Amino acid sequence: MVRYILRRLLQVIPVFLGTTLLVYYMVFALPGDPIAALFGDRQPPQSVIDTLRSQYHLDQPFWVQYGIFLQNLFTFNLGNDFTGQPIAATLARVFPVTAMLAVEALIIQAVFGVAFGVFAGLRRGSWFDSTVLVASLVVIAVPTFVLGFVFQLVFGVQLGWAKPTVGANADWGNLLLPAVVLGLVSFAYVLRLTRASVSESMNADYVRTATAKGLSRPRVVLAHILRNSLIPVVTYLGANLGGLMGGAIVTEGIFNVPGVGNKLYQAVLRSEGPTIVSIVSVLVLVFVVANLLVDLLYAWLDPRIRYDQ
Amino acid sequence: MTSNNSHFVAPIEETPLLATDTLKTDQAPLSLWADAWRKLRRRPLFIISALLILALTIVALFPDLLSTVPPNEGCELANSEGGPSAGHPFGYTFQGCDIYSRVIHGTRASLSVGVLAVLCVLIVGVTFGALAGFYGGWLDIVLARLGDIFFALPLILGALVITQLPVFRQNKSVWTVVFVIAVLAWPQMARITRGAVIEVRNADFVTAARALGVSPFGALVRHVLPNALAPVIVLATLELGVFIVAEATLSFLGIGLPEGIMSWGHDIAAAQSSIRTKPEILLYPAAALSITVLSFIMLGDAVRDALDPKSRQR
Repeated sequence: MVRYILRRLLQVIPVFLGTTLLVYYMVFALPGDPIAALFGDRQPPQSVIDTLRSQYHLDQPFWVQYGIFLQNLFTFNLGNDFTGQPIAATLARVFPVTAMLAVEALIIQAVFGVAFGVFAGLRRGSWFDSTVLVASLVVIAVPTFVLGFVFQLVFGVQLGWAKPTVGANADWGNLLLPAVVLGLVSFAYVLRLTRASVSESMNADYVRTATAKGLSRPRVVLAHILRNSLIPVVTYLGANLGGLMGGAIVTEGIFNVPGVGNKLYQAVLRSEGPTIVSIVSVLVLVFVVANLLVDLLYAWLDPRIRYDQ
Repeated sequence: MTSNNSHFVAPIEETPLLATDTLKTDQAPLSLWADAWRKLRRRPLFIISALLILALTIVALFPDLLSTVPPNEGCELANSEGGPSAGHPFGYTFQGCDIYSRVIHGTRASLSVGVLAVLCVLIVGVTFGALAGFYGGWLDIVLARLGDIFFALPLILGALVITQLPVFRQNKSVWTVVFVIAVLAWPQMARITRGAVIEVRNADFVTAARALGVSPFGALVRHVLPNALAPVIVLATLELGVFIVAEATLSFLGIGLPEGIMSWGHDIAAAQSSIRTKPEILLYPAAALSITVLSFIMLGDAVRDALDPKSRQR
């Protein structure tokens, strides 16, 4: 197991460096002179431009800039954005909001997805199973931004169950509606995955043995069927965390959540290179670490994985 | 005892097994594909989705058959948010354009981006995945790490950055959206292909072909790939739906197709301002988009059930 962990840890490094380099290169090539954009219509004196350029290392060659960026990233000294705000402070403000949103969405999709999936899988071919299957296809087919508007209109405006937009004070209650929207598509995938997995392990020999030795039905379902069916589901949920953080761009925009996605979208529209690269790097790091944890969890749950190596 | 009445079991001519055990030797055995096709034809899910896709394709190719009003002409601000009238069954947008015509003309952009992106992903992903899986070694390692780098960028996140590159900002077209999607989505196709190729690579028929003097590349193209295609086709059908959603999302965010091209994503974004007063304006293009994606996802689901041997044992 230790060798497996070390091997996976070593694989993370080139991925992280490669992805940040790719993003850094693309942002470096972004159109528009950010210093000129800072001043709008006014023409600043050349000396001011030069000072700002050297302050943001814009006068250095690309590789030097990337080196400085990496060094700063690992010391969490991310510098200031072009309005003079420290980027680290901005990240500290927006990340908890998105993390809250993503965790809430993750809980919703895990709890409801597994529950519906188990019931459908146990009664394969029943009317409940068929209804749930068709409904999940429909949920997968409706894009998140359409779902967002419909939920905002129905639950926020017409029924008044939730606030249509979140605004500055984001808490668990306010974020519930956007979290449902964000988690709904993955909920459908979790449901289908659990269903397939449960109905497959229902015919397994160990389940027949458990039933034959006289265990009660709930015990067979919970301890034998469910535990073995959850392996692929856990994998999907973990790998999906990064997707949730990225997919938050649309959801946060619709519900006006002051989170990472919103900030990133604004930064892209304003070509704020340093902010974009910092946010994307942290998101990539979250995604890569989440995938690493899932792989380790998988190897722990299913010993065949690590013995294969 | 004579040999005539020494049967302890019924003679085979009398058992019901005869009908089951008889092999029709004059008939060619069904291949995986013929077998899958026979299963597909009987599934209502497949029939419905295939008919829907056929209809959508016709609408995309010949939008003028269904709508005589050009989507961007005849927009009268006097008609802003107007209700349905004769010849304009869905009413008017905020800008006073005919919604029905816009919904019909938006089909082409969605389908062409979806199909072209899937083709690009197939070409790149299958090539890389097949080479990595078949030859292994350093090629496999390099391609796997390269794929990981793109895989670590979630689709919308990566697209947000790539579409801001000067090249793409200046000449936005269907192809830029296709390129962005393909660049970010090929690793998954490559992984699936690689896995399938590794499974087939050591099969006896491949060894036999090699022993008969077929070159490694010839064996890969003629013997390994055709037998590794099932998971690839399933993923491609499912991804078609995903890519259509991606195009609409990017257009909705204002970083997808240029304004001149009709896209449901644009119309949904424009309908935001009317959502409290006239939600129908948003619902028509949203419904069209959802139905299109649904038909491809249903098709993918049906094809997977037909091709996946696991789901056959009921």
